[in-house]
Amino acid sequence: MRTRFERVVLPLLAAAIVLLLWHGAVLWTKTKIFPSPAGVVKGIGQLAEKSLLWRYIGDSLFRVACGYLGAVFLGVPTGLLLGMSRRLARATNPLIQMLRPISPLAWMPLAVIWFGVSNLAPIFLIFLASFFPVVVSTMNGVRNVPPMYVQAGRNFGLSNRQLIARVVFPAVLPRILVGLRLAFGVAWLVLVAAEMIAVDSGLGYLIIDARNAGKRYDLVVGGMLLIGIIGLALDALMQRAEKLQFVKWAFRD
Amino acid sequence: MMKVQFRQIGMTFGGTRVLDDINLSVTEGEFICLLGPSGCGKSTLLNIVGGFLTPTEGEVTIDGERVTAPDRRRIFVFQERGVFPWLTVNQNVGFGLVGAPKKERDERVAHYVNMVGLGGFESSYPRELSGGMKQRLEVARALAVNPDVLYLDEPFGALDSITRLQMRRELLRIWQAERKTILFVTHDIEESVQLADRVVVLSARPGRVRRIVDIDIPHPRDLSDPRYIQLRDEIFGEIGLAHQI
Repeated sequence: MRTRFERVVLPLLAAAIVLLLWHGAVLWTKTKIFPSPAGVVKGIGQLAEKSLLWRYIGDSLFRVACGYLGAVFLGVPTGLLLGMSRRLARATNPLIQMLRPISPLAWMPLAVIWFGVSNLAPIFLIFLASFFPVVVSTMNGVRNVPPMYVQAGRNFGLSNRQLIARVVFPAVLPRILVGLRLAFGVAWLVLVAAEMIAVDSGLGYLIIDARNAGKRYDLVVGGMLLIGIIGLALDALMQRAEKLQFVKWAFRD
Repeated sequence: MMKVQFRQIGMTFGGTRVLDDINLSVTEGEFICLLGPSGCGKSTLLNIVGGFLTPTEGEVTIDGERVTAPDRRRIFVFQERGVFPWLTVNQNVGFGLVGAPKKERDERVAHYVNMVGLGGFESSYPRELSGGMKQRLEVARALAVNPDVLYLDEPFGALDSITRLQMRRELLRIWQAERKTILFVTHDIEESVQLADRVVVLSARPGRVRRIVDIDIPHPRDLSDPRYIQLRDEIFGEIGLAHQI
């Protein structure tokens, strides 16, 4: 058990030091362009007053949720299928390995011609970014299910479908959760880029717009910090899923 | 009554001869130990009779029926790691009973949880149990579906020696209460003489039946009984080991 000091006080202290250095650097360089921490807070406050802040956060969360959940609902069954059928995996593996390293950003022009100026374009990019990590981690998870579990399941007379539902799926669930967390990180990562196209709201848009429209670097930095903080909170939430009783066995306490 | 019949079982894995001309008849309710050095193919033999592997030659019949696939009337018990870690003790024991009416299922689960001494741990997960408890849990899961044959593949191999002795006593108690036919794979000579009605001594690869030794000592067996020591030393001799260190 880590102490409260290690869990709370130390990270806060580190953050305070960074803020202090940041503040000091702004004062020392007498910059007019780069905002101080207080300037950032003030900028975000102005956004909140215009009630733009909540709309931007909401729009971003909505897009990430759509793209990411789409990737989960398609990616997990695909991964299960590829993990169970060696032949199918052999057939599709080169394709997956070829598509995987292509940055979702490279798809931006295509996303625009396919989906036009709409929410669908960034959702598609977020979907692409999170789909492959989900598929690959699920597939590898299935392949690493101890053969004993499958053997025991068959011994008790399970059909293929029951075997998947009652043995394979629960056995890979911890690995799937790790993959989901990883994929979520990637999805959140491409948010800014995804919102550079086709839309006029969201945290990614805020950053681009603040720079283009008025060189409002306080809002640029504010948008960055908001993305970081929200990402951290969501990741912590996902990590809590690892504590659920039926997956806890695979994780160290 | 004849229960399990091995007829001229031979097995070749990618050019390597693993088992050769295995013939064996097991009567109903009998406790058989398959004993042999590591790599002699005894686990392969158990996987064949369990229906998980198809022999390259020969066949196994149970009650006159040829074995071609695993069957819930014959349950395979692994070394403790076969329990499902995502299920509680009760859920593990009830795993094979999903089709049964809830009342019957609950009764059977409670009965076998208590039989293997896991009362009080019904809602625990395997990670909270010791190695010996996990092994007993797996035996309970197997017994709950009321199989007529149990296959045990070095089930106590991963346990410390004191727990192993206790587990043998437990297994004999359960065997005497339930009268299952048991095929038990081990490389431990003492273990085989303590447990079995007959010990089937296999040779090193390719595994052949060297000898079948009748253990004509009633249970509970006294480990200092001259007959016990005599039979044990005979098997030591058969395997080519002098019983001294």
